[in-house]
Amino acid sequence: MALQLAAAHLAAIRRHGESDYPHECCGLLLGRFAGERRIVDDVHPMRNANTTSPENRFDFDPKEHLAAQRQARERGLEVVGFYHSHPNHPARPSQYDLEHAAWPGYSYLIVRIQQGRAQEANSYELAEDRSHFIQEPLDAGAAA
Amino acid sequence: MPVKVLIPTPLRQYADRHEAVEVDGHDVGEVLQQLVSAHPQLQGHLYTSEGRLRSFVNIYLNDEDIRYTGLEKTPVRSSDTVSIIPSIAGGSVAAARC
Repeated sequence: MALQLAAAHLAAIRRHGESDYPHECCGLLLGRFAGERRIVDDVHPMRNANTTSPENRFDFDPKEHLAAQRQARERGLEVVGFYHSHPNHPARPSQYDLEHAAWPGYSYLIVRIQQGRAQEANSYELAEDRSHFIQEPLDAGAAA
Repeated sequence: MPVKVLIPTPLRQYADRHEAVEVDGHDVGEVLQQLVSAHPQLQGHLYTSEGRLRSFVNIYLNDEDIRYTGLEKTPVRSSDTVSIIPSIAGGSVAAARC
């Protein structure tokens, strides 16, 4: 699969990561599935509910997540994936990310925030057997 | 009594592409068992091999997380909606191992 999102959406994710630095940011990727592509039509920032180590951990608040899923459904949008930032850490999944991943079929977008400035972003999907992440093409060139 | 279960997008391929499925049951556990009986491929995505809900699977009855209402014994009514919502968490550094 590949993840397609507008340049403006990726910019919004990068800004979110920079504004929440040195904490991790997180959010939902909303859109649709189209053949071999997950297409993002909107991004939904979430609050990092992790209070013990937000510099290197993030959690969605379950109730806020339920509400966000409901809002998306009411707008006719699907949850196609999730994003989060890695402050001062490469944009690749950690073992912790792997251990806490949900089902295969979503995109998992990660952006590195180095000293407060957004750097590379990469997108991954979870292998069917949940054993590892697979990097997927990230097409962020389209206009919003 | 029929209860609506909302199916998360990645799992719809295992539920005949349905966004929602209506199944019978007196409590959440029965509803989920009816769901996986009708769509057996969902079993491994919702339950461990020991038959427990996977750790990242959160179940809501309407607005309530069943962890606080009686878990799978939470009774249901015909107007209820069950939502299957993944717990989303992660982080940049590997977890400390005990």
